[in-house]
Amino acid sequence: MSLDQETIKRIATLARLKLNDDRMSSMQQDLNHILHFIDQLNEVETSHVEPMAGVNTPSMPFRKDVVNDGDRVAKIMENAPEVACNMFVVPKVVE
Amino acid sequence: MTHFQNDLICLTLAEAKKALSQKEISSVELTEAYLGAIACNRHLNAYILETAELALEKARESDQRLAKGEARPLEGLPLAIKDLFCTEGVQTTAGSHILEGFKPPYESTVTHNLKNAGSVFLGKTNMDEFAMGSANITSYYGNVINPWKRRDGKDLTPGGSSGGSAAAVAAGLALAATGTDTGGSIRQPAAFSGIVGLKPTYGRCSRWGIVAFASSLDQAGPMTRDVRDAALMLEVMASYDPKDSTSSSQNVPCFEKAISKGVKGLKVGIPKEYQLEGMPDDIMKLWEKGAQWLKEAGAQIIEISLPHTKYSLPTYYVLAPAEASSNLARYDGVRYGLRVPGKTLDDLYENTRSEGFGVEVQRRVLIGTYVLSAGYYDAYYLKAQKVRKLIAQDFELAFQKVDVILTPTTPSAAFAIDEKPTDPVVMYLNDVLTVPANLAGLPGLSVPAGLSKEGLPLGLQLLGPAFDENVLFRAGWVLEEAAAFKSFLER
Repeated sequence: MSLDQETIKRIATLARLKLNDDRMSSMQQDLNHILHFIDQLNEVETSHVEPMAGVNTPSMPFRKDVVNDGDRVAKIMENAPEVACNMFVVPKVVE
Repeated sequence: MTHFQNDLICLTLAEAKKALSQKEISSVELTEAYLGAIACNRHLNAYILETAELALEKARESDQRLAKGEARPLEGLPLAIKDLFCTEGVQTTAGSHILEGFKPPYESTVTHNLKNAGSVFLGKTNMDEFAMGSANITSYYGNVINPWKRRDGKDLTPGGSSGGSAAAVAAGLALAATGTDTGGSIRQPAAFSGIVGLKPTYGRCSRWGIVAFASSLDQAGPMTRDVRDAALMLEVMASYDPKDSTSSSQNVPCFEKAISKGVKGLKVGIPKEYQLEGMPDDIMKLWEKGAQWLKEAGAQIIEISLPHTKYSLPTYYVLAPAEASSNLARYDGVRYGLRVPGKTLDDLYENTRSEGFGVEVQRRVLIGTYVLSAGYYDAYYLKAQKVRKLIAQDFELAFQKVDVILTPTTPSAAFAIDEKPTDPVVMYLNDVLTVPANLAGLPGLSVPAGLSKEGLPLGLQLLGPAFDENVLFRAGWVLEEAAAFKSFLER
């Protein structure tokens, strides 16, 4: 499987990355090397194997459905690049 | 190379602990010795941030506690913290431009445990950006230099991603350090720098407050001067934490007690698949020597097979980027970290992420996004999860026959920074012997055991069953005693 530049542009948009034309060809080469390496996995017969998402965690722990944290507005805003009225400021989204 | 000649910085954690408790030295003296050594070795670039004032303040508190006989397990002992651990009010960057200036409003569980045990933090150590790398050359804050030198005198990599922690412990810029290991990021730099590195069982240490790379693989662990120190550190770092749903409620044993138990009667597996084509002679010989040392101490050596070993790296390079692409979605330029303005919100996201992430991180985010995208999920992601199961099963079967597995840690010694491979896949091969343990969630210990032809440190790796770090400490201590490896500071 090889990726063409159009596909890479589409993935980059999904990942919210901007790939300029000058970086495109080296990125394309690198990604295709990696995918070619990954393609080895097709040699392995896995039709009867259950996928494994994690280890050593037979079941997810449950906790009581209660609020146990909160009221930390100031701490949450502390590192924000731009704040107004206790809210994060972003460019206008709705016309 | 500036040598900071000072007996204090040559002590192990256990020796320093004893010297403090017997009032032979004070924590302030010890901390000042380390701060002096750090100041003389800035060319190694081991630290992103030095916290000298905070360290001295903590050291004074520790001296008061020591005087009152209220010492905690690591009272007054100066440590380095990998810059992947969130430390309250102290900049945490993960080696990335995108987190420059970020001061976490909370403390990671592991560093909280270490602070509560009385240790003194000297600063935050350099690392590959978001822990993605094996040579510490992807950090936004510059390369880390290995204190070891080859005969040609070139600057060598300390390995990565915990390269700053490894260089700091090796060069005497910290008594011990924390690292994290997603595919070998504790064990590989430990081997390259001639120190001990332990990746505990997945779930042993809480991941809460550690900047996430690949959540199903990431695990924190100690990087130390010797095996005993690793046991002492792990005992404090490990804990059950309700804030990490994958953290284990298994009892944390007194690891130090295991050390001197020896290996008599232990069955040691030698996996034939770890003999890689083109593996250097000196590494093959060291591996044989390691098996011989364990045999002489009473262990039985058994050849075993881990048939899916060769698929570990390709599996890792699907799963780790997939998890990373999802974990790194949070860096958006809105709530914390770098913001590069844009006309629209999407522009702001793209500008911030393109400028804030380095090339290796962007490569992995793109691969991860691709393997998770509609139409490719089954072919890549699900396939890799299935092969992961087969790799884990290989180990389950092997541990029915043997108690511990012995392998080399890395397929080569440290390489020069200007010899770094240009093909990312060649760079990934550094982790070929360490990645399987992450996929299977097993504990792995790297012990410095000998020198390469060029006079550089080489490590031997021990792998154990889940939650049996004790067997690693037992076998690791035997290797350490037999190898009598001289560290950088002892040379």
